[in-house]
Amino acid sequence: MLEVKGLFKSFGGVAAISDVNIDFPTGSLTAIIGPNGAGKSTFFNLISGGLTPDAGSVTFNGTNLVGRSRAQIIDAGIGRAFQVARIFPTLTVEESLLGAVTAHRRRAQNITHRFPLPEMRDRMLEVADMLGLTEKLGVTSANLSHGDQKLLDIALALVLDPKVLLLDEPTAGMGPDERWRMIERVHELWECEKLTLIFIEHDMDIVFKIAPKISVLCYGRLLAEGTPDQIRTNPAVIEAYLGTSHEEAAV
Amino acid sequence: MMATRPNLVRDVAIAAVALIILLLLPYVWPSKMVNDLIIRVSAFALFATSLNLLVGYTGMVSFGHGMFFGFGAYAFGLSMQRLGVSIPMAFLITVVSSALLGLVVGAISIRLKDIYFSFITLAFQMLLYSTVIAWVPLTGGDQGLMGGIPRPPFLGIDLSIEAHRYAFAVTIMVIGLLILRQIVESPFGYTLRMIRDNSERATFLGINVFRAKLTAFVIAGVFGAIGGMVMALFVSGAYPEFVNWTMSGEGIFMIMLGGLSTFVGPAAGALILSLLNDVITRGTEHHGLFLGAVILLFALGLRKGVTDFVADWFRLRREASSRSGS
Repeated sequence: MLEVKGLFKSFGGVAAISDVNIDFPTGSLTAIIGPNGAGKSTFFNLISGGLTPDAGSVTFNGTNLVGRSRAQIIDAGIGRAFQVARIFPTLTVEESLLGAVTAHRRRAQNITHRFPLPEMRDRMLEVADMLGLTEKLGVTSANLSHGDQKLLDIALALVLDPKVLLLDEPTAGMGPDERWRMIERVHELWECEKLTLIFIEHDMDIVFKIAPKISVLCYGRLLAEGTPDQIRTNPAVIEAYLGTSHEEAAV
Repeated sequence: MMATRPNLVRDVAIAAVALIILLLLPYVWPSKMVNDLIIRVSAFALFATSLNLLVGYTGMVSFGHGMFFGFGAYAFGLSMQRLGVSIPMAFLITVVSSALLGLVVGAISIRLKDIYFSFITLAFQMLLYSTVIAWVPLTGGDQGLMGGIPRPPFLGIDLSIEAHRYAFAVTIMVIGLLILRQIVESPFGYTLRMIRDNSERATFLGINVFRAKLTAFVIAGVFGAIGGMVMALFVSGAYPEFVNWTMSGEGIFMIMLGGLSTFVGPAAGALILSLLNDVITRGTEHHGLFLGAVILLFALGLRKGVTDFVADWFRLRREASSRSGS
């Protein structure tokens, strides 16, 4: 169980995240939604160690992650992918994934053996297969399509064997067909890997279709939580985010 | 399709062949000028390749790497002159002291990024240069270490004999390059490439970027110092020019001329720059002007080093053959 309690973060006196409390049960799939500037990415940064909260706690299976290094947070089982794919442009897909597995298994400083260490291959191949990157292993990451770069970004998080996976807008910048393919893959991933999956998404069709639970952030505060039906009909959400009327939201 | 990577056995075989060729060269082409050139290139090849561990593999452009070259020359020379130790012991002192220097300078410099890192390394180099100039009783000031460096025989090797000196220099270079090759092809070498490409992302994979950069900085410093030691043996002294900022500049030029995307590029650049220096200096007193024009041609016109073009040619040929095969 990932528990976020009283989380607070401000930048120059402006509260980006203010008193946010959310529980993410093990194996759950949750969408985080909210208008631009709602604090969604900041929320992810606070969970994954990209930022340190000013107050509050992030507890995973009883361990408080606040103040821990990124490496410790990864070891605890938190992995993340980014809104704009953060990859290693000059490395091939294979090298990137093998490098990630090597780092995760504490062999990043090894100078006595040749890269890659044979024992890293299995996990790399498993994840590449899971995300449909097997045919692209020899391709330099910079030469991948936008969608494949997003998949590689997710794969980089996945090879670290996370228990909780944070996906920041996995479909950002994709065309309609590509979006649905990506989200189906994400959904498969959640089912097969038994992950606790939390994703930020702007496309409400996607959110309402696949997320059993939705948390809505607005101006850094948790505005609402609930099932798609509860969120769809929540007046505060409709006013703040989805539109001004139920009819518009339905459209 | 997974790429095949160079394995250690292949690299050792290539190094052994290269060493045999270099050791036989004086018998095939007996020329003092060629011998001297190759000894100098041996020193510079270690210096430039170690600098490329920072510039090409880690993305850290050090403007102060010459400090290690000069420090190596002085540490080795002073150990031989003042302490009267054997050459292997002086070598060990040079390696350990340069590692300590790298640790201290690196621990401070690596906290800075981009141009700030470049300039703080330059500042450290100028600090060392000023110390060498000012500390006359120890370093000889602007005259350098006077009186020559003693070269007592060890293990049947007498470095006062030119042939031994030549064989020693090329052997140190080949072994040094082989070790650096192992480092860049190891998991650590790929960690450095990941840091170069996206250090922020590397931290989200659990990589301790500071530790990896510091390790690279220390390793580069040690091999830069070994290059300086080879040079000190060759010229039987150590001079302030070795520790001046122009030495760091020459290291960057070597990488630019030879190419930073291949392992052998900086060593090739060391050979090209040394040849250019020799040829142009012989032909005109305005050698700086011609050298500058050549470097501008590479930097602005070609934008790649010589070995980068060779590597590109092989890559395109490989891609063409794989396309026709499929």
